[in-house]
Amino acid sequence: MASILTNLFDGVAYGMLLFVLACGLAVTLGLMNFVNLAHGAFAMAGGYICAVLVNNSGWPFFAALPLAFVGSAVIGVVLERTLYRHLYSRSHLDQVLFSIGLVFMSVAAVDYIMGSSRVFIKLPAALEGQIDLFGVGIGRYRLMIVVICGLLTLALQLILAKTRFGSRLRAAVDDPRAAIGLGINVPQVFAFTFAFGCGLAGLGGALSAEILGLDPYFPLKFMIYFLIVVTVGGSSSITGPFLASLLLGIADVAGKYYVPKVGPFVIYTVMIVILLWRPNGLFGRTAAR
Amino acid sequence: MFNRRKMLLWGAASAVLPGLCASMTAWADDAVKIGLILPMTGGQASTGKQIDNAIKLYMQQKGDTVAGKKIEIILKDDAAVPDNTKRLAQELIVNDKVNFIAGFGVTPAALAAAPLATQAKIPEVVMAAGTSIITERSPYIVRTSFTLAQSSTIVGDWAVKNGIKKVATLTSDYAPGNDALTFFKQHFTAGGGEIVEEVKVPLANPDFAPFLQRMKDAKPDAMFVFVPAGQGGNFMKQYAERGLDKSGIKVIGPGDVMDDDLLNNMGDAALGAVTAHLYSAAHPSQMNKDFVAAYKKAFGNRPGFMAVSGYDGIHLIYEALKKTNGATDGDRLIEAMKGMKWESPRGPISIDPETRDIVQNIYIRKVEKVDGELYNVEFATFEAVKDSGKTKK
Repeated sequence: MASILTNLFDGVAYGMLLFVLACGLAVTLGLMNFVNLAHGAFAMAGGYICAVLVNNSGWPFFAALPLAFVGSAVIGVVLERTLYRHLYSRSHLDQVLFSIGLVFMSVAAVDYIMGSSRVFIKLPAALEGQIDLFGVGIGRYRLMIVVICGLLTLALQLILAKTRFGSRLRAAVDDPRAAIGLGINVPQVFAFTFAFGCGLAGLGGALSAEILGLDPYFPLKFMIYFLIVVTVGGSSSITGPFLASLLLGIADVAGKYYVPKVGPFVIYTVMIVILLWRPNGLFGRTAAR
Repeated sequence: MFNRRKMLLWGAASAVLPGLCASMTAWADDAVKIGLILPMTGGQASTGKQIDNAIKLYMQQKGDTVAGKKIEIILKDDAAVPDNTKRLAQELIVNDKVNFIAGFGVTPAALAAAPLATQAKIPEVVMAAGTSIITERSPYIVRTSFTLAQSSTIVGDWAVKNGIKKVATLTSDYAPGNDALTFFKQHFTAGGGEIVEEVKVPLANPDFAPFLQRMKDAKPDAMFVFVPAGQGGNFMKQYAERGLDKSGIKVIGPGDVMDDDLLNNMGDAALGAVTAHLYSAAHPSQMNKDFVAAYKKAFGNRPGFMAVSGYDGIHLIYEALKKTNGATDGDRLIEAMKGMKWESPRGPISIDPETRDIVQNIYIRKVEKVDGELYNVEFATFEAVKDSGKTKK
């Protein structure tokens, strides 16, 4: 019994992590209709920023996390203004080719600057080990991930649904021309949204270094996982990818625990079954754009 | 008119060509070229960098001339992709006319170059790849690294003798991982040990959590672990996070997981892990102390077992050339290498005259803190271990 709950908890933590990493992609793909395969590169940037600040400059871990967010967001804004902007109206194939090129460049650049070996972030002692809750082993680090990601999800949902910015963004996505006519600065809204998505990825990258490992190949290795989350969840809202991340996280952990021989396949099987059942994802729009 | 021009051209060509050829042969006579094929980029890059560093260090210390010949290294990056290895080896042999090919970060790369070494009759010095079969693929292959069987069988023997009865295994699902598992199992169960749980994890594995939980629930005395060197750190951290260290489950395995290259960054989680391996930067010989000091001074970090394999590989090439008096005939060089014995930073080693594979001591080590840094401290030695992958046949 205890190990079932521990597994469930691990699955939730893993799913939450996937969500923070991938929700930026859901935003760019779903809201801005832009295929950004280089999303993982921003996550990697955040991870390395955090690692350098903590390991080399002696920053405390919790102070470095917001900077991972800010750093990735700034990189995101710069690239959006200089490069991405020109590709919004191009075909998806152009966008894919462009962003995959960006991935390879980021891999090579990080390999050159930081070296190819894995980087670890030194954690405060308070985050190491497990605590025992009614006989269920709960990893402290994973608990922190669940808390941070849970709060983020709530905040995101509120921003999108309740704030003025949220309604502007939704308007800009649904009909950019009408939105401009109503006085909404659409390019600015997009740039801000893009940067926010990149920042989230950066935060996710910093958080995942401990669990997924951080090296220059990060964007390539986990691209598949991000895409699975977005395709399964559907890209029209935040709830979809969130539930999809949880589902995949739990399925992956449970599969690896109970049937280790076929464990790695579970996540892909789940994806195929869901997509056969609902080709637009769990919460996808039925009408094609 | 046309004819005269043609004649002039021919004349010029015939005047220049013999001269060119002559100068080329003269140059080839006093230089020995070594084609070094290593992964300098990609996931295996740390292997390549260590070997390259060690060779540079060796040539700095011993000079770049042997038996009157100048040694020239041509370094090529194959990124551990066997197709690249094969193409580069071919270019090196045909265009650059190298006298040795050396390096090879992973098993498939070493195998890809094997038929070329046989055809060209030049020695292939394997400095990293660790699967047993490699040296059987060409009579021109010599190895100065290790085989996985060497360390895995020894740790199996050691575990049985030291009160470890039940072991759960966690190995990466690829050729070296399966090799390590098979050889460990053979020796451990032959000695009366029991495998209570066997898990193979995918090579590109993002999260060890579920597998580790399974290990914990199986309640073994120890867990046998083999994951690629880069993943060792993540593994040990999650092992400690899950409290496996406190529940008394020890980590044992071949030493690749505790590579000196990464060990110090793993944190205190790694303390107490027992592994069997060929080299530790904390090996207590004077020669090793000098080697580690020189390496640290030149490159700013600790040498790992890959660096030592490279250091010994270039040493073997130097000594073979000394023995043949600088002659670069492949068969004579291989003859010279067979049975060669020397003192390496890792301890006494030799080349098995029958298999051309390395014979070396395997040390049982435990991770301890020395002067504030983590080291594998050796506490037991199995002497002159041959590759049991081959001695069985």
